[in-house]
Amino acid sequence: MDMKVAKKLGLKERYALMTRDLAWDTTYQKMEDVFPQTTYEGIKIHDWDKWEDPFRLTMDAYWKYQAEKERKLYAILDGFNQNNGHLSVTDARYINVLKLFLGSTPPLELMAARGFSMMGRQMNGAGPRVACQMQAVDEYRHFQTQIHSISNYNKYYNGMDEFAHQQSRMWYLSDGKSFFDDAITAGPFEFMVAIGFAFEYVLTNILFVPFISGAAYNGDMAAMTVGFSAQSDEARHMTLGLECIKFMLEQDPDNLPIVQRWIDKWTWRGTRKLASVGMMMDYMLPKRIMSFKEAWEMYVEENGGALFKDLARYGITIPKCFSQTIEEKEHVSHQSWIGFYMKPQATPFHTWIPTPDEMDWLSEKYPNTFDQYYRPVLEFFDAQEKAGNRFNNQTAPMNCQVCVSTMKFNEPGDPMEMCFRESIYNGEKFHTCSDHCKEIFDNEPEKYSQTFISSHQVLQGNCEPDGTDTSAPDFKPGQDMLGYWKLDKRALGDFNGSEDQKNFAAWREQATKN
Amino acid sequence: MAIDLRTVSITPLRQTFGHLARRMGADKPASRYIEATMDLQPVENYHYRPTWEPERDIFDTRRTAITMKDWYALKDPRQYYYGAWTLARGKMQEIAEGDFDLVDELGLAAAYPAAGKEEALKVFLPLRHVAWASNLNKAYVSSYSYGIAMSQAACYASMDQLGVAQYVSRLGLAFNDLDALAEAKTAWLEGAEWQELRRYVEDLMVEKDWYEVLVAQDFALEGLLYPLIYERFNDKLNAAYSPVFSMLTRFQREWFGETTKWMDSVLKTTAADNADNKARLAEWIRHWRERAVVALKPVATLAFGAEADAVMEEVVQNLNARAAKAGIAL
Repeated sequence: MDMKVAKKLGLKERYALMTRDLAWDTTYQKMEDVFPQTTYEGIKIHDWDKWEDPFRLTMDAYWKYQAEKERKLYAILDGFNQNNGHLSVTDARYINVLKLFLGSTPPLELMAARGFSMMGRQMNGAGPRVACQMQAVDEYRHFQTQIHSISNYNKYYNGMDEFAHQQSRMWYLSDGKSFFDDAITAGPFEFMVAIGFAFEYVLTNILFVPFISGAAYNGDMAAMTVGFSAQSDEARHMTLGLECIKFMLEQDPDNLPIVQRWIDKWTWRGTRKLASVGMMMDYMLPKRIMSFKEAWEMYVEENGGALFKDLARYGITIPKCFSQTIEEKEHVSHQSWIGFYMKPQATPFHTWIPTPDEMDWLSEKYPNTFDQYYRPVLEFFDAQEKAGNRFNNQTAPMNCQVCVSTMKFNEPGDPMEMCFRESIYNGEKFHTCSDHCKEIFDNEPEKYSQTFISSHQVLQGNCEPDGTDTSAPDFKPGQDMLGYWKLDKRALGDFNGSEDQKNFAAWREQATKN
Repeated sequence: MAIDLRTVSITPLRQTFGHLARRMGADKPASRYIEATMDLQPVENYHYRPTWEPERDIFDTRRTAITMKDWYALKDPRQYYYGAWTLARGKMQEIAEGDFDLVDELGLAAAYPAAGKEEALKVFLPLRHVAWASNLNKAYVSSYSYGIAMSQAACYASMDQLGVAQYVSRLGLAFNDLDALAEAKTAWLEGAEWQELRRYVEDLMVEKDWYEVLVAQDFALEGLLYPLIYERFNDKLNAAYSPVFSMLTRFQREWFGETTKWMDSVLKTTAADNADNKARLAEWIRHWRERAVVALKPVATLAFGAEADAVMEEVVQNLNARAAKAGIAL
């Protein structure tokens, strides 16, 4: 019999056959109509075939690996839930980390899913398109497994029940929302730099590692398993972000200044977003992994520094904000925690004053700043609380027009002075929290003048519970913020005296004693 | 006798999240599908307008002419969230792997009669490009549709079609035939039999209304193509030669049978929501069905020769019956 000998395909050739070779240049419709979004940002791509696939995973292999991971993950979640795993966490304060996480992370993973789907439709090249589609479907996995792992906690503790409603309404969640809204409303290449590179590559370790290690250190097997299970997905996402940067830079020298501006912008936007991760690490984890400062040094200064050294051959320089982030690493976690502590009636998680030995830990970890600037504030609050006068700031915060953080950061070089910047656009004044946010505003004022700042919107009557009659004669805006947020009163206030604190103690007693 | 194991029982404060309790009308435990899907997409307080479409919000109901009182009524009867979907596909790929291994082990491809092989490959192999187009068009639906119920189902279906394109490519490789894949690509780009079909999928790549893309791609085109090729053409090959092609396209047949349940349920719910939807769906289905028939006729002729018209007529009748069952009078 005339048996043809199989041509042996290499991995690269085989993957090309399974992806790019499927594609063709359309002729019944013009390519620029099929892919209309990839020119308006000014990025020049001459040859999409030069894209190096950052990973080579066909769907059959993808389904095989992912199905194995899901089987294990859900078995562990079921066991954890059945056995009241929530009672095995270090102490009930830890659960507030999950509240912070649930409000801020799954909704952003969802935006990543939708955003990468758009990239998976809009990129002209078949290589990047497939890689983006795979990331999109992974991001569905991530927000869903995160919700599933925290769902059981919601049954027993307050403050998690309205995360879906609060994602677009809660004042402190608007920094993350503006971050992703910003990226998804940008063009496809900027999205890839913002999310694929700055977020997933430069900053992912300092986002992902503290939460997951924090879960592991504090006995939360559910969240820990979700995180470990997502690790191999994240490794793929990181390679995609880096490949995208290299691809743009290799395609045309004109791309360099555009890419550099995006790197500067998104590294800074990401840094601002990380302030709350810092306070989580330094204040909210009962058993700490390391300080935020140490994490910043390891993951951003060292690893990020090495990365930018590597990119220097393309002409990329270290992000402009880098030196400021190094100065701020000793301050932001304290400023954030104090900021949240002062607003006990406006968040679905509890705050508290660290115990004396926790303060000592902070002194040791922050020898340059804690005793000098932050311990006195915390000790003052503590004394006030003990005197029955727990601090409660009820005014609406002032927010940065770009990052939407509350204004709480210090002037560079002067920890005793708050930093404020302003710009005038169309005759209106806009406030920003830093030189870097001001620069972002000034580059694109038309975009950032749109930012939804809830402390402004509330005064205009745009933050009312559904069904409020804003034309009623006695209507006053902002009278029912808890209603607008659907914020359960039991979730408010200091951790001390909270229902969570009492229930956890009683249930642990019930589970461990006769 | 029942075995009564005991665990420490603590009374929960609530059974589920607030948005799900309101949706279900009671505070009761929600399924993982419901938890992973309902009311999760942002609907308000967007910060910026898309630079790529400044007249719309990031998520905007006006990206289709279809209207819904509740976009989450478009539930997936398979209840596919990521975990359920990937477990189902994991199982299907395991079976497909077994089929490909068996064909290889027993030398079934090599033993397949040359005439039959040629007849089969010229029909099957260009379909990898059709699946690729389907992947792209479904990615469009996933990107711009409203609500997670629709966006996730379209995302999974889009990845499924990438899988189909790859399984068809592997089918070509199973017959040791890189040349056949190259010939099939040339046929797809230039062969007269394939041009109407290529025009059809390319036209969908510039269609703006995502729901119309869904109707045209998933219901009209795949609703005719899959039964025509992966069922009828396989039957014909099985009778004339051996069931090798049926084995190597099992994934596609199972996928279509399963996905049809989702598609029909979504159409039914949409049509039932209001009379305008019903009329619009009927108009879209009529329009794209006629175009799909034109696009598939030459392929049917390639596959069935003189029988082509009769087979086409039958699959069109089946499609009409599906529409009727979804409450859409054509």
